[in-house]
Amino acid sequence: MTAPLVLLDVHKSFGPKEVLRGIDAEIQEKEIFAIVGPSGAGKTTTLRLLDLIEAPDRGQILYHGRALEPRSGAALEQRRRMAMIMQNPATFRASVFENVAYGLWLRGVPRVDVRGRVFAALDFVGLLGAAQERADRLSGGEQQRIAFARAAVLRPEILLLDEFTANLDPANVRALEGLTLRFRDETGATIVIVTHNLFQAKRLADRVALLLDGRFAEIAPSVRFFRDPSRPETRAFLSGEMAY
Amino acid sequence: MALGGRGTSGRIPDPLPWPSFVAAWRIAAVLAGILVLAGLAVTWGSVRAPSVLLATTTSTRDSGLLDYLLSHFLEDEGISVRYVAVGTGQALDAGRRGDADVVLVHAPVAELAFMAEGHGLCRSPVMRNEFVVVGPTSDPAGVRGLTNATEAFRRIYGSESLFISRGDNSGTHIMERQIWSWVGIQPTASRDPWYKESGQGMGPTLIMASELGAYTLADDGTFFVRASSLALEIVVSSDPPLQNPYSVIPANPSRHPGVFLAGAVAFAKWIVSERGQSLIASYTVDGHQPFHPTGEDRC
Amino acid sequence: MPIDFEILGIVWLSLLVATTSTLIGSLVGIPLGAIVAIKEFRGRNFVRTLAFTFYGFPPVLAGLLMFLLLSREGPLGFLGWLFTPMGMILAQTFLVVPIVMGITISAMMAVEKRLHETALTLGADDRQWRATALHEARAGVFTAVMVGFGRAISEVGAVLIVGGNIRGSTRVMTTAIVLEVSQAHYVEATVLGAILFVISFAVFILLQRLQARGVV
Repeated sequence: MTAPLVLLDVHKSFGPKEVLRGIDAEIQEKEIFAIVGPSGAGKTTTLRLLDLIEAPDRGQILYHGRALEPRSGAALEQRRRMAMIMQNPATFRASVFENVAYGLWLRGVPRVDVRGRVFAALDFVGLLGAAQERADRLSGGEQQRIAFARAAVLRPEILLLDEFTANLDPANVRALEGLTLRFRDETGATIVIVTHNLFQAKRLADRVALLLDGRFAEIAPSVRFFRDPSRPETRAFLSGEMAY
Repeated sequence: MALGGRGTSGRIPDPLPWPSFVAAWRIAAVLAGILVLAGLAVTWGSVRAPSVLLATTTSTRDSGLLDYLLSHFLEDEGISVRYVAVGTGQALDAGRRGDADVVLVHAPVAELAFMAEGHGLCRSPVMRNEFVVVGPTSDPAGVRGLTNATEAFRRIYGSESLFISRGDNSGTHIMERQIWSWVGIQPTASRDPWYKESGQGMGPTLIMASELGAYTLADDGTFFVRASSLALEIVVSSDPPLQNPYSVIPANPSRHPGVFLAGAVAFAKWIVSERGQSLIASYTVDGHQPFHPTGEDRC
Repeated sequence: MPIDFEILGIVWLSLLVATTSTLIGSLVGIPLGAIVAIKEFRGRNFVRTLAFTFYGFPPVLAGLLMFLLLSREGPLGFLGWLFTPMGMILAQTFLVVPIVMGITISAMMAVEKRLHETALTLGADDRQWRATALHEARAGVFTAVMVGFGRAISEVGAVLIVGGNIRGSTRVMTTAIVLEVSQAHYVEATVLGAILFVISFAVFILLQRLQARGVV
């Protein structure tokens, strides 16, 4: 079975600045793959490349072994099999129900199915009673849960999380981490998570990658990464980094 | 697992409306489309009944004569006439462009040019009114009772009494400038402080003259209609060159094939017929008869 | 002084012309505005500036241009729309489109870029995002329509020149006021003005209520 995501020598520059200088990784099905590293290392860029929002300057990203043209119909189809949750939830000026149903509407899911799926997703994140509320009036934690439901309802095979609990209080952080694990266990999705929070990485990830100077300095299973990393950079990063 | 959700699970909300995004816009657009079509249909209906478009000057409208005549024309002939009342120049221009079916104006020289250019089918004299000099009851220039406008203007100039000009190239304005040329001068607002140009229609000009206690040249029809609210009186009248003849000219179908010729000619013939002429003669304002019939059917 | 049912006809025509112009102007201006706001194309800034400049296009000048176009001698003379309500609607639509388009562009460009990213990550293509952004900006777009209507109902220069202020046919409230003033019937003119004001006010209140209820 080909891996759902393979990065081959991916480069990306923004103007004169070369952010990614050749990253290689093979992300396995059903795994939770965490990317950690200092700010500005290119973690978010990596996710955007994976989500087909941007295209690499050099190198390839393979989806189940296939490379895709950035603006093609195949790319749009692949994008619709993935979902991303970002740090600041952007909710539409509409009800919670409508927000969660948005992706289903985009994909032309028939009306009869939408209601059931949306309610199931809302139940999953525990916001069933808020379905008719205006989404932009809810608290930060609730909005992030809406964002999660919005992504989960699409049953993505790949879920991308970009520092998605960075702005939340510990209770909400725990809640969303719980949802993430449950989601992986119940649907078998592949999850790539970018985080500052090393404790979060430790709690969630199967494997952890350290992005440093535009390259993956080390990729290792979570336990080994934290307890006995093979690279000196990793050691330095782990000791010097302040997690919050 | 405590997820801290709002409300209890197990309570399913009532059916919710479908996300509005494109659906609402589609509904709105369809509604709008329907309304627009309805609007267009109504508009179309109100204009499709054949009607004559008459281009005329403001004096026939402001004196009230036109509405009076047209209501009778509709009764007699069953043809409705819509009219635009603009300046002489624009009325004849409407005829030149073929936008009007028939014109009713009072500018003999311009009318002859109009006919010579072939825009008119035929030209029939209809009626005349006259231009009068009106002024304040105090009569600072001492012109009351004169029957010679040229002399009156000379005295106004000599005494530097306030005078308001139309200043808008209307028939009245052209007449006024003609009289000044007979006096031998052409006052201008910049050089002569007693001479003011309103640049407006007869009504506002008369009001200005009344407010400022000034003289002005007016057509008697428009003056009679307003006289009661003005502090002015006629000081010079019955001067032969100031007679103001009106003609009716249907458009020439060979130059302007789209015009409603039957209606235009019907109107032209009717207004110079006995019926039309007697209506003109019987039209009075405050006891004055502003228009005198001079009709001859040349069509 | 026009008789009472004549006033009704004048009011009705004002509403008809203004509403139709606003509707057509919106049907054209909103999608155009949406495209200009979102789609990247060469000369986009120029088009935007053009739309904003036409906000202040003098209505009388629009009237003059329409007059020359619609006159029998003009290129659109075959339509026979001069001195008719259709011509007036055409002239006012010309004035309304840039207003609706310009305000729509502003409203849509105010939609957060983050929302665009969110929509993309959830699987939106360009057309779908345009519809979504339009929906997000709906309050501003609604304002655009209201402002367009305000311009149409209060306009006098274009409808006077193109319509001719013909009694029973192309006379609207604003041109009727002009006529009454020119004949020094100031009381009548003020009455008409008051009616115009009350009607505009009523329309805007109605629209505001609709907006508050979320219908629009």
